[in-house]
Amino acid sequence: MSEQSDPAAQAPQADQAVPSEPRRLTRPETEWQRVSPRYIPVDMLGILVFGAAVTVAGFTPFWLGWREGWVIGAALGAIVLVTLALTPRRVRAIGYLLREDDLLFRRGIMFQRFVAVPYGRMQLVDISRGPIARAFGLAELKFVTAAASTNVLIPGLPLAEAERLRDHLVAVAETRRAGL
Amino acid sequence: MTDPTPPRTDFADGEWHRLHPATPLFRGGIAVIAILGVLIVNLRDRLLAMVVGGDGADLPPTGGDLEADAIDFIVRENLVLAALAAAVGVLLLVIAGFWLSWRVHTFRITDEVVEVRSGILFRTSRKARLDRIQGINIARPFVPRLFGAAKLEITVAGNDASVPLSYLRGADADALRRDILLLASGAQRVAPQTGQTIGAASIGGMLEERVTDLLAPELDVEGLAPESVVRMNPGRLIGSTLLSDTMIVLVGLLAAVAITGVAFGELVLLFALLPGLIGVGGFLISRITRSLRYSIAATPDGVRVGFGLLSTTNETLPPGRIHSVKVSQPLLWRPAGWWQIAVNRASRSTQNGAAGQQQTTILPVGNLDDVRAVLRLLLPEVATDERAPVLDQGILGRDSEGGWTVSPPRARVLRWFSRRRNGYLVDEAAVLLRTGAIWRSLTIVPLTRTQSVSVVQGPLLRALRLGAVHVHTVAGPILPHIGALDRADAMRLFDDVATASLRAARADTSHRWRQA
Repeated sequence: MSEQSDPAAQAPQADQAVPSEPRRLTRPETEWQRVSPRYIPVDMLGILVFGAAVTVAGFTPFWLGWREGWVIGAALGAIVLVTLALTPRRVRAIGYLLREDDLLFRRGIMFQRFVAVPYGRMQLVDISRGPIARAFGLAELKFVTAAASTNVLIPGLPLAEAERLRDHLVAVAETRRAGL
Repeated sequence: MTDPTPPRTDFADGEWHRLHPATPLFRGGIAVIAILGVLIVNLRDRLLAMVVGGDGADLPPTGGDLEADAIDFIVRENLVLAALAAAVGVLLLVIAGFWLSWRVHTFRITDEVVEVRSGILFRTSRKARLDRIQGINIARPFVPRLFGAAKLEITVAGNDASVPLSYLRGADADALRRDILLLASGAQRVAPQTGQTIGAASIGGMLEERVTDLLAPELDVEGLAPESVVRMNPGRLIGSTLLSDTMIVLVGLLAAVAITGVAFGELVLLFALLPGLIGVGGFLISRITRSLRYSIAATPDGVRVGFGLLSTTNETLPPGRIHSVKVSQPLLWRPAGWWQIAVNRASRSTQNGAAGQQQTTILPVGNLDDVRAVLRLLLPEVATDERAPVLDQGILGRDSEGGWTVSPPRARVLRWFSRRRNGYLVDEAAVLLRTGAIWRSLTIVPLTRTQSVSVVQGPLLRALRLGAVHVHTVAGPILPHIGALDRADAMRLFDDVATASLRAARADTSHRWRQA
């Protein structure tokens, strides 16, 4: 686990600026479990609802008579549109991996984040379903440890899979229980 | 109302026990007495008039004072006796209530749990598992302390998750702490020691006992190796308080106001400074008194930290209850070579302890030797003799000397001065994160306590081929993380912490620390 994490093709010892060296974080693992593609419309709908509200609020100064105020609303709207357009890629970047003794979780393209949580540190597992996700038969699973910053939230799991994953996590946590 | 529990170590026998008989007085009775006192003072004139002669009607009119009107009414209607009877009745009811609440407030300590039951109408019961204890705190607020009473608080993980036993006799609290720690440690139950019992002493003896109790050092150093005790130097404490960042900001603000006041001839502004000055003085005094007579020592059942001059607290942290440690140095302390140490712990208290101290600052100020000694007390499995050079490198050093991995040269854009210091080191016991060249700090997270680990990269770090690593521990003043590492180093740190913490957690037995 502790050896170099670059793909084999790269030169890991190069500290100087080698143009071919990747800039982003890479992991040797390839067999990531991905979330359901049905989560893409769920996420987009959520962004749309929130983004519409924010955009409308952004136009308020314009309607109140400030003639250049439309810039705020337009900028907010543009941000929402870009976020919407990037949603499929962002959802495809979410992944998790059940390793021998810990759970590996990744998400983000622009802001990449990898988390490793030992099963034994589990305090509880939450499954929750919002109204939109329920309509698509999806659920999200939250792995809670004693540290709030762990923040492992796997969205877009089909309900049956989420429940299976929860039962599995509880079972392995029981056999590898560690203290606080 | 004699205390039904004579010998010292009988509390932890699994039976129900009651608290100190004066408990109601400390918990609220004093307020009742104060109210009575106020009433009596207000009625004094009238009582005097009654005794000297003349009836209430001769008194000067009190201008619609409701109280006086009520008394006039009572006197006029010859209800004095009835009023007195009512007052006595209320008093009796209050006393009975206090007595009853004392009767039903009971606790017991078994091999597994500590449990407290209280309340007359609304019964509450709180139970805590002994192997989940995060710390035991003995607090002696000033007034109960005068009476030789102490509050024993058994904290478990969570917000304000503690089982308070308030109040106990001081000596009982000390003995009970020892017993609880012994039970919690997983050691076999030992035969009750026949320690000296606190017999009913004469009044003079009791007074003497109180005085020695007040003057005694907060820490009973019985059976402790003297070198394992770190004490506070008052001069250093005052100096460090005066040089703290908060103080500098406050003094700067006051000076700015004073200068504007003089410059614009608005001398009124100088008077406006008065509350500020009083506030600064109060801050200084409270900080100094709460840390005066600070002491820290190792006991077989964990590290014991004592604070306080008038109100004292004395907390025992069993081994393995410290989730991370941060050694840091405010800029102004640097010429003097002072450092402070804070910790993250699983039990959090939203209110301050009895002495108003922050319960996360373990060493308010100390020199490098104090820091080394306290680290050895807090993390005995990390701060070993062979790791001493590594720790010194972490506190003072820079570059990769001693096995540290530091940021690559291209990270200079993000770490102007600290590029060569910004680094990490992972070994089998802990992960050490070294940051800051101006505000130097070293964060130590024992691998047995890490909850999880993450590696992150945003657009800025990506452009520089860097990464940042966060080690997650329970919430507290310390957020262990290190930024601006080479992306390969960051990923290696992530993997090392992930595997090493699994190994450490498997070998960890600190929840029953004496059970080998």
